Amino acid sequence: MVNLERRQALKTGGALGLWGLFLSLGLVPQGAQAEWNKPLFSAKTMNEALDGLGAILPASSEAIALTVPEIAENGAVVPVSVTSTLPDTTRIMVFVDKNPNVLAADFSFPAGTEGFVTTRVKMGQTAQVIVLVKADGKLYRAAREVKVTQGGCGG
Amino acid sequence: MGSPMKIRAAVKDGVTEVKVLMQHDMETGLRKDAAGAVIPAWFITELTAKHNGRVVLEAQFGTAVSKNPYLVFRFKGGAKGDKVTVSWKDNKDDSRSDEVEIAEKA
Repeated sequence: MVNLERRQALKTGGALGLWGLFLSLGLVPQGAQAEWNKPLFSAKTMNEALDGLGAILPASSEAIALTVPEIAENGAVVPVSVTSTLPDTTRIMVFVDKNPNVLAADFSFPAGTEGFVTTRVKMGQTAQVIVLVKADGKLYRAAREVKVTQGGCGG
Repeated sequence: MGSPMKIRAAVKDGVTEVKVLMQHDMETGLRKDAAGAVIPAWFITELTAKHNGRVVLEAQFGTAVSKNPYLVFRFKGGAKGDKVTVSWKDNKDDSRSDEVEIAEKA
C-alpha cells in the first residue's frame, strides 16, 4: 500500500519533473517519500485495518515463524520475532488485536534484506499478536495468543 | 535532537545482523499524569536504516512499540568496516541519526 502510494506519487511527480528534480538535488529529506501511514495506525480493529489495506483476512502460512512469549508478565515489553521464509517478502506488519490501535509496527524490506525482524511491543491485555506478511505481492498471516498478566498501557 | 541510539552491526557468512536500541519515551497519548491530565502522544513514527547509503530497512511505528524501541534485522552483504546508519523521526518532528561500522562476528 505504502509502496503503491509512493510509486503513484513518484509517477505523478515525475510527470511534473519537479519531484525528480528535488530528489536529484537532495532537497527531499530522508523518509519524506514514505509518509507515516496515519489511517492504518489509527485503525481500532483488525477489520478496520484490513479494510485500510484493501484486503480480507489472508490465509495463515506455515512459512511464517512468529515467536512471542506464551505469558507476558509485563505487557509494556513483549518481545516479538517474525521470520518469513516466503520468497520475496517485502513487508511485515505487527498487530495486537485488542490494543486501542491494532497496528504496532510496519516494516518494509528492500531486496537483499531478509524477511526477519525482532522488536518489542506493548499489550494492554491478553490478546492475539497477528502478523501480516506481504510476499510476492500477496498477504499471508500468522497469529499467536499472548497472556498478559499486567497490562502495558496503564500509568 | 533525540538521545543517541546504541547500534551493533556484525557480519557473518555474508549476512549482516543489525541490533538497534533507541532511547525514546514512546508515550501513547492514553496515559494520565498524577493530576489526571492526559500525557500527549510522543513516539517515533518512521525509521530508516542504510548500508553505505543504500536503504536496507524502512519501518513505521505506532504507539504500541515499547518504550526505548529495540530492533533486530538482517541484510545480505556488508563487510567489516562498512557503515550502517539508522535514522528516526518522531511525531514532534524530532529526529536522530547514528552510524556504526560493521564488525566481524566471531
